[in-house]
Amino acid sequence: MNFDFSDDQKQLRDQMRRYLTDRCPSSAVRAILEGPEPYDRELYKGLGEMGFLGAAIPEEYGGVGLGHLELCVLAEELGRVNAPVPVDSSIFVAAEFLLAAGSEAQKQVWLPKLASGEAVGTYAQAEGAGRVTAKSIKASVSGGKLSGVKVPVADGDSADLAIVAARAGGDERSISLYLVDLNGPGVSRETVENIDPTRSQAKITFDGAPAELLGESGQGLRIAADVLDRAAVLTAFLQVGGSDRALEMARDYALERMAFGRQIASFQAIKHMLADMYVAATLARSNAYYGAWALSTNSSELPVAAATARVSAIQAFQHCAKNNIQVHGGMGFTWAFDCHLFYRRANNLALSLGSQTTWEDLLIERMRRRNDAAA
Amino acid sequence: MNFDDTPEEAAFRAEARAWLDANAPKHLEAELKQSTFGNMGLKSEDPIAAAKAWQKKKQQAGWACLHWPKEYGGRGATPIERVIWGQEEGAYATLGGLFTIGHGMCGPTLMAWASEEHKRKLLPPMASGDEVWCQLFSEPAGGSDLAGLRTRAEQAKDGSGDWIINGQKIWTSGAQNSDYGILITRTDPNVPKHKGLTMFWLSMKSPGVEIRPIKQANGQSGFNEVYFTDVRIPDDQRLGAVGQGWTVSLTTLMNERLSIGSGMPTGFPELFDYCMELELEDGPAIDNPMVRSRLAQYAVKASGLKYTGMRAISALSKGETPGPENSIGKLVAGASMQELAMFALDLQGQAGVLLDPKHAEAASRFQAMLLRSPATRVEGGTDEILRNIIAERVLGLPGDVRVDKDVPFKDIPTSGRSA
Repeated sequence: MNFDFSDDQKQLRDQMRRYLTDRCPSSAVRAILEGPEPYDRELYKGLGEMGFLGAAIPEEYGGVGLGHLELCVLAEELGRVNAPVPVDSSIFVAAEFLLAAGSEAQKQVWLPKLASGEAVGTYAQAEGAGRVTAKSIKASVSGGKLSGVKVPVADGDSADLAIVAARAGGDERSISLYLVDLNGPGVSRETVENIDPTRSQAKITFDGAPAELLGESGQGLRIAADVLDRAAVLTAFLQVGGSDRALEMARDYALERMAFGRQIASFQAIKHMLADMYVAATLARSNAYYGAWALSTNSSELPVAAATARVSAIQAFQHCAKNNIQVHGGMGFTWAFDCHLFYRRANNLALSLGSQTTWEDLLIERMRRRNDAAA
Repeated sequence: MNFDDTPEEAAFRAEARAWLDANAPKHLEAELKQSTFGNMGLKSEDPIAAAKAWQKKKQQAGWACLHWPKEYGGRGATPIERVIWGQEEGAYATLGGLFTIGHGMCGPTLMAWASEEHKRKLLPPMASGDEVWCQLFSEPAGGSDLAGLRTRAEQAKDGSGDWIINGQKIWTSGAQNSDYGILITRTDPNVPKHKGLTMFWLSMKSPGVEIRPIKQANGQSGFNEVYFTDVRIPDDQRLGAVGQGWTVSLTTLMNERLSIGSGMPTGFPELFDYCMELELEDGPAIDNPMVRSRLAQYAVKASGLKYTGMRAISALSKGETPGPENSIGKLVAGASMQELAMFALDLQGQAGVLLDPKHAEAASRFQAMLLRSPATRVEGGTDEILRNIIAERVLGLPGDVRVDKDVPFKDIPTSGRSA
């Protein structure tokens, strides 16, 4: 049994860590937090040049063709540093949509640009509050023109390409996916302030924007479910990386900070809080490995494994991020300390692919189906 | 990343499977599979006799105590082979509960500290199940603070070198079925507590040993009190030097946490099956959003523990030492099962109160979990001690401030109430 990453994959992780230590220090994250740029373009371009963005994209589409396990270890490192880049929208989601359902021409046009970082893609599904269902989607396409309003769309203010879930010809039972060039006509967009300013969110209004069908008509939500499973595993590695880093910050601070004449790390209240953070992070890591295995082997277990990885990763990152602030006390609630960056990112990622309760529901539904299939 | 056996592992698994297929007590399989946490034991046969018969059969064929050296009755197997055997033995492994303490803790302690003569005399019958062992550690005044124990060992005044034991142990699993035990005592109350301890092994049939089962909070009696009144132990049954008992006990406790912490049940598969069957007022429980949310919480814990175990097994498979991840096992499983049991009863409404399996839901398995689970959070290291261990040994945080560290044992306060 070898339920672990290979030595080559671990070397890639080390290489990525060194790269990000140099290129994505806290000051780079803060530049996005406080500045006008939607994401760190220099860093993103660098990740493309290094071949990191194209790790799981085949060579014929401009990628490196390594595989998804490699993308998982890269994701973990990006998560550790709260990298302010649209890798999840563009690589974990949009590129996976193209790989899963794109025509040869669509893949040829877009994948090389996504792999190099020259273009950014995103998935536009939500139209306001609540779970995304066939009913909640009102945007609609007729005669190849898309109209409707999507909000929030991650990286929607800077993305070049959107994959949009919309009704085909106004039929609410028939949701299809469309490729829309966001730099083309009929698209207006605005940045909307959000809880994690190191990652931007937008409102996009489509008014007769040219839209090209992606995948089979009427199969939009089925395709999306498969792709979001893949993205859920990759995103879980961002969260696992963030969880570990938040735990390390809390531990380091607890060892350094003196109160009542002792290191606060010597108080059981603090020790037990840190132990519980370790427990959550460990469970999430093991579940993420399960997801990585299912993703990389195209296992029929993927729907269960992805939902498991996602729920566990949401819990762990939220738990570690909030208690990192708690261990820091008042200092943890200052703008100057990085604790809030992790807290913001944890709560952003908890929602980005659908909420925890949505995935809890999916998990049990899928376990039930697996059970029925086995019976 | 894969779950595949190496060729050597596959060959070993095939050999184990073939032997089990030809030799396992298949007439007990259904009953063993049904036994649940907090509700163990065979009804159709004497469980002690069945356990001993299975152990003997395994030992004669070289399938007992896989991790022990062959000369002591084991197989000299690698850690990964031991894991594979456990996977293949499956439900039949529940028969081995009688020997868990002996094989997992007493045996390794003897191997590390007993004389060669004693090892050759004591270990083979322990491996074959002919002789059952227990561990006499905890006391009313020494639980989490084990080194606070008060059972006295004093050298006999007759010049024989024998030791005379007086005191009381508690929470001794299986003492009533045991032939031998390892016993930690206080030999010097005038030095700080960790320094005045000494370890022995003894026959549980020794004059002056009295075993009283403890009626537990759940009504069962798996644990015992053991009283020692002028019990005589020859000096050659001492394990380690006089005053070295704490170091010796660590050998045992390291093994305890390894064996108890692996593969702990969480109750999740049982709860999932129950929710598949249970009808609530608005349809099957499994379709209820609140139920699904709670089930998912338990599912990710059960899955997280399972795959944490897989990571440890992978390390063993590569000949590496597993990381500290497995230390979370009992902490997560114990608390999770207790919450899960309360939730299962909540789903049953007022009928959740019923324990009689004729009337109770799901053959009262969740009631049994409810009543047994508090012990899981205490035995083999309380949740709080386990958190301390994670904090100190995994995360590198400082140890507790120990106010009794340099105080002679006899001067340590024993009551929290002021006189």
